[in-house]
Order: sequence, then C-alpha cells, then structure tokens
Amino acid sequence: MISFTVNGKPVSVEDPPSTPLLWVIRDSLNLTGTKFGCGMALCGACTVHIDGQAVRSCVAPVSRAEGKKVTTIEGISPDLTHPLQQAWIEIDVPQCGYCQSGQIMSAAVLLAEKASPTDEDIDEAMSGNICRCGTYPRIRRAIHRAAEIKAQKGAK
Amino acid sequence: MTVATRMKRRDFLKTGAAIGGGLLLNLYVPDWAPARAARASSKPVALNAFVHISSDDWVTVISNHSEMGQGIYTSLPMLIAEELEADWSKIRVQSSPVAAVYNHTVFGMMMTGGSTTTNSEYDRFRKMGAMARVMLIDAAAQDWGVDPGTCHAEKGFVVHAASKRRASFGSLAEAASKIEPPKDVVLKDPKDFTIIGKPKHRLDTPSKTNGTAQFGLDVYIPGLLTAVVARSPVFGGKVTSFNADKAKAVPGVVDVLEVPSGVAVIAKGFWPAKLGRERLDIIWDEGPGTQISTVAMREQFAALSKTPGALAKKVGDSAGALAGATKTITAEFEVPYLSHSMMEPLNTVVDLREDHCEIWTGTQFQTGDRAAAAGVAGLKPEQVDIHTTLLGGGFGRRANPASDFVTEAVHVAKVAKAPVKVVWTREDDIRGGWYRPMWYDHFEAGLDASGNPVAWKHTIVGQSIFDGTMFAGFGIKNGIDSASVEGAADILYTIPNIQVDLHSPKNEVPVQWWRSVGHSHTGFSVEAFFDEMAYAGGKDPYQLRRSLLAGQPRMLAVLDLVAEKAHWNGPLPPGHGRGIATHFSFDSYVAQIAEVSVTKDGTVRVHRIIAAVDCGRTVNPDTVKAQLEGGIIFGLTAALKTEITLDKGRVQQRNFHDYPMLRMFESPEIEVYIVPSTEHPTGVGEPGVPPVAPAVANAIFAATGKRMRRLPIKAEDLRSA
Repeated sequence: MISFTVNGKPVSVEDPPSTPLLWVIRDSLNLTGTKFGCGMALCGACTVHIDGQAVRSCVAPVSRAEGKKVTTIEGISPDLTHPLQQAWIEIDVPQCGYCQSGQIMSAAVLLAEKASPTDEDIDEAMSGNICRCGTYPRIRRAIHRAAEIKAQKGAK
Repeated sequence: MTVATRMKRRDFLKTGAAIGGGLLLNLYVPDWAPARAARASSKPVALNAFVHISSDDWVTVISNHSEMGQGIYTSLPMLIAEELEADWSKIRVQSSPVAAVYNHTVFGMMMTGGSTTTNSEYDRFRKMGAMARVMLIDAAAQDWGVDPGTCHAEKGFVVHAASKRRASFGSLAEAASKIEPPKDVVLKDPKDFTIIGKPKHRLDTPSKTNGTAQFGLDVYIPGLLTAVVARSPVFGGKVTSFNADKAKAVPGVVDVLEVPSGVAVIAKGFWPAKLGRERLDIIWDEGPGTQISTVAMREQFAALSKTPGALAKKVGDSAGALAGATKTITAEFEVPYLSHSMMEPLNTVVDLREDHCEIWTGTQFQTGDRAAAAGVAGLKPEQVDIHTTLLGGGFGRRANPASDFVTEAVHVAKVAKAPVKVVWTREDDIRGGWYRPMWYDHFEAGLDASGNPVAWKHTIVGQSIFDGTMFAGFGIKNGIDSASVEGAADILYTIPNIQVDLHSPKNEVPVQWWRSVGHSHTGFSVEAFFDEMAYAGGKDPYQLRRSLLAGQPRMLAVLDLVAEKAHWNGPLPPGHGRGIATHFSFDSYVAQIAEVSVTKDGTVRVHRIIAAVDCGRTVNPDTVKAQLEGGIIFGLTAALKTEITLDKGRVQQRNFHDYPMLRMFESPEIEVYIVPSTEHPTGVGEPGVPPVAPAVANAIFAATGKRMRRLPIKAEDLRSA
C-alpha cells in the first residue's frame, strides 16, 4: 500500500511500487487529465507535480510519491481561475488539446519560480513538452500573458 | 462524478423530419465538456439532425465532423448560430452518431479529412440553423396568434415587436419540433453576418485546460480491460507460435490471445498489459517484408525516376523544348516515409455483445470503421454504434482506409469476451506503418536566352496511397493516383511546355494520407526546383514567380502580400537568408517566406516564417491563423527532423528520441496574414504545410549557397557551410 495526496485528497493504492505514477493516476484513481504520450519522459504529456516539482509521471514509479503531495491538471484550480488557464483561454492556445495538460503543468512550475519569465526561460522550461499541433507560439504568448495576469492579481 | 458513471448516461433523441425522414437515432451524450454540459441539464429537443434545443435554452449543435484540433467544434456552431440567431453563450457541441443524414456532403460517408469540413458544410449548417429559426418563429406566432412575418429572432429569443412579446428558444423548442420544416429558407446576405468572420473563442478550450476534455484514451466503462497487441516486427508478418507463460505470470494480466494482427495481452490496466507483452515469446513468419530496405528503395526509385512513367500532365512538347533550350538544368529531390505521430496514441474501446457493438474512439472515418467493425463482429452496421470522442490529433492517420485500429480492437474484444480498450504505445505508433510515402522526384527545366522557362519536366516515384483501398476508383484515373501528383500536375505557373509523369512501385509498407498528402512532397520539390530555375536564369525567385503567375490573381495577391510583410528586399542580419515558396492545395492559396541562418555545426535556425493565405471567406479568422501556425510547425518537423527508415524490413525508429518533433526552443516567430475574400471557404487544415520546407530550403541556399534536395535537412549536409 502506497499513500500520498492527490490534489489535496489522501489516497492509498495497491499497485506494485514500480508502476509508473501515470498509470496509477489514470487507471486506479480515474483522473484522466494526465496524458500518456511516449512512456519515456520524452514528450511531457504526463507532467504532474510532486511537492511542487514537475515530474514526468510515465517514468516515475508510484513509490516516489509515497507521503508526498501530487498535483494533477485537475488540481491546479477548481474553476478555471489559474492565470495559466485564463491566459490559455484568452489566447485560444489548444488545438487538439491532448498535450495541453502537460504544457500547463510545466508552465505552472516555471511561473511559480519566475514571476516574469523571459523567452529563454520559456524555451528552457517548456522544451520537454511536445505539441504536435504546433501551438508553441501561442503557448509562449500565453505564458507571458499569465505572468501579467498573476502580477495583476497579486497587486489587488 | 467519475468518468465511468458519466459514460453510462445516454439520451435517445428523435431527430426532426427536416432531413432523414424522422429517423430514430441512439444519440450518445459524451459530456466531453462537462463544464458546459452541466449547465444544460434538461433534455434537448431535436429541431433537425443538427440543431437540438433544451428547455433551459441551451442549443446543442450536433457535429458530424470530428474535432482533432482544427476548431470545427466552434466553426460549425458559428454557422448554425449565425442563421439561428442563437445566444452564443448558450451553444454547446456534441458528436453525432453514425447515420446517413450525417454523411459528408461531398464524400457520401461520415468522415473528416481533406481540409473539407468548413467548405462542405458551409451551406448545410447555415441552412439547418435557418430552418430551425423559422420553426421557432412559427411556433411563437401560432402561440401568440400573429403572422410569423411580423416576428423575428434575436439572441436566443423570438420577438414580436409590435406587442413586445418575447419567448426564449427553450420555451418554444417542443412546439417548434412538431412544425413541418420549411422547404426553402433564405440565407443571410453576408454583409449582415454578426458571427461568421468575427473571431470567436473556441468552445472546447476550457475543457482542454482543466483535464475534463475527453479523448478516446479517457473512456472507461464498467468491467473494462486494457489490451496491448504485439504486432509483427516486419510488415505483412504473421504469428507462427507463441508462449505466454511468462506474460500470464505478470500480476494483473488476465489473458493472452491471438488475433489476426498479432498477440493481445489483456490485463486490468495498461501497465500490466505492457509488462506482459514484454515477456511474450513469439515466433513470427515474417514473410517477404524482410527484403525491404529504404537504402535499396532509394536506389530503385532514383533509377525509375530517370525513365518515363505514366503520363499525368502534358502541355506542349517538353522534350522538344528542352532540346531547343539555351540552358537546361536538372535536379532530384527525395523525401522519406513519415509517421503521423499524433500526441494521443491510437486506442479504441469496444463493448461487444451478441447482437450489438459499442465503440468509443477518436476516428476521422466513422462510416468505414462501422462497416469494418460490423464485418469483424458478424453484425450489421446498424448494430454497431460509434461514439466519436475528441481526437488527440489526427493528421489523416485516424481516417484509416482499412480501419486498422478499430477492427483490431473488435478482434480483441471478440476473443477477450469482455469490454476492452486496445492501446497503442508510442513505439507501436512509430513502427506501425501507414506512413506518408517515401517519394523521389526528377526534374528537368529548359530556359530561353532571356532566362525564362520554356520547358518543365517532372517525374515522380512513390507508392500509391489509393491503390487497394475502397477509394481507388475515386483516386486513381488512367493509372495515375491523384494523391501522388497533386501539387505537381496542377501547378499554377504558366510555362509553355510541361510534362509530369509517375511511377507507382509497390511494396509491403502500408502508406496513408498524412497532413497535406501528396502536396507534402510536391510542395517541396516543385518550389525548391523552381527556385533553382530562377537562379539559373538570373531571375529573382519572387519576381519570376510573379511573372509566371500573371494569370492567377489570387495566388499573385498572397505572393505580393507575403513579400511585402516579410520585406523581401529588406536588409538582413549577416548570415541570414530568405526563401520564398507558394503552393495551391485544398483550393487555398498560400505563400510563405522563411528567414533562416545556419550555425557552423550545420544546425538550421529558422527565425521567422511569414505566411499569407487566401482560403475564401473565413468563418473563425483566429482558427485560420492557428491552423496555418500549426501547419507550419508540422511542416518544419518534416523539413528538419523526421524520417522513417527500414532495414531488413524493420523500422529503425521507435520513439521521440529518434523520431524527434520540433520543440519550443526551435519554434520560429510566425506571422499569418489572411487575404480578405468573399469566395466560398476553402481548406485551412493542410495548406499551411507544403510551402514550409521549400521556403526553408530556398532560404538556406540564400544564406549558404547550398541546395538542400533531401528531407529532412541534416546538419551533416551543411556542416562545412
């Protein structure tokens, strides 16, 4: 039995400890926002946070989450009010949308660490996430925009 | 609410008699956007097959086309809302079941592809909205005892101005559904449009930012098992025998069973299924596919390209003109097999019962999949329901002419005797075939004493996509596969003598349409060779295009626009070069200019791409821009990154480390300009792809003096530059 929290809720799972966290989240916990793309930590579609750090859950064994706080896309805001969600909607970033959970989870860590990321910061933080539809220019714009939204919210 | 419980909810809705004669449809409500769906709680009434309205005033647009990123779950509702006079804040979308009423207006079956959704539905969806509006107005007028001609609709209400009465669409829907649909409706004058042509935020974006968007992989139904299939390492191979003892020992593995495509490991979840597959011992009869090597194919194709093929186009006498030309040039171009590599790997959920089969999948080809699934299940097509989920990318792969990923899943469900989800891994996807064909092109051009082209001869070599499919009669005429020569046999340039011919060698590698299909190679080869021809004649490549497009005003306009926006003759940083390309595809006109530089180690840096497009009237202009942006990135990946190669029949790539996608740090600035037009809408999803590779290759020449005639462009070809 491995115990941790997902989006604030305590969970205990009986999957073997070496099972990738991704499949525990999807198949055992029925949270389907976190996506399977490559299984080799190459595309970032499965990105979640463990104690605030971006982790590729397709290669992270569930044992790594023991006693920790896991956040998935479903947990970043209850009502689409995260600055990244607002910016994503304003700029209409997604096309097929499949990679966007992972994009947002990677961007969320960047934004938590850097209030006003530069293009170089974005290149560095986001280059582990593939978007086959080619939404990169809009993701870049949306991260800059989210930083503005976050700053405005902070100023209130 | 879990996904599993949501999946159980179904509505049985009667469509209106407007089209299809009141047929009864089993309509599945997928709740792919629960945030919007939750607010629409009351049961919708069908005014026709495409417009359903519930008593709480929500309008549900039934989409017969699949949403794979191209934005049609917003553009199609815009067409209806424009004529319906709906309240845009109360519009939602759901996917249609498979029924004749939902067939593609041109293809006669339910499918999404060929950049045709908007142009094929532009009239029908507006008409459906207008018919529903007339019925709602009639219902209100009857209730009020007034002449319907004195009522009008606005923002979700029918209004009788004289008496200041108003009734919401929701309150009228039940009565309106019983009214005889009008035979003819007058559609709006485009000058009165308030929605079409005005940017609208996509309806599906919120669900794609909080994890609620439901793709095929996200479908869970009670009792569902997961399967992965071990397929032959060589195309066309068959299982001789297998030992599943070690696979079955993996906790969670339920069964291991043979299916026509290989061996299925069926488990309680993906992970044990995958672990089980790794522990299978299979002996394959690999068959003749082991002979395939792309190195040998390249030699075969190159030799063929120097011989005459089947004639696809002949204007004048290119052989005679070449013999009499002042100067001739020749060049050969080649492009590899490519995998579609949608971010969502293929998957299908099948619940097969004795007299019924339910399928959930992200497909572009519902009619074909249903018929093929029924054949495997031993049922009639009417006994098979396909629920179309959102597609995590399609790019053509999910319109498979053999319905490969659907029929395989039905085979697995048949032997598993339980509801099953078949999931492909990324390796399965990249090694699974159905590639964009490998192509080899040979060109000769003749110039007169002034450097003007007088002869153009183009020989194409590559596998036929249509051959052997149900579309062969449609796609192949007089031995010419239209998909092999599109963008080559129909070039817009005025050259007095043109000849295009084709060789279509066969082999075991399955090939398929891939975003922009034949244009994905002809765009590159034609436009890169055109550039060589311009330089050979001492002409500016933009100006030579201008002069040979004098009879093509729409292409000329996009060409001039892109040249102006990119400052074609403007200064550039040292080491940078500009390249230009045009391409006509899917009835749309696109021109692009790339600005690149090449580092000392041969790495190509694409700094900017400027694009101009004329795609007729735009429905959602920001979506047009997004599709061009996406097409450009997709085309850049093909230009700079990816190739599928085979040796001894084995695909040599397996995942994104050796089949790499363009990433954020490599993504250029992109500007897209739309030429205003009042023409009928044309394709948008694919036309952005073909001009990218030639624009980049031509820019590399401008920057380095080196001609790149093979994709993907490799650093080793440029290292000493």
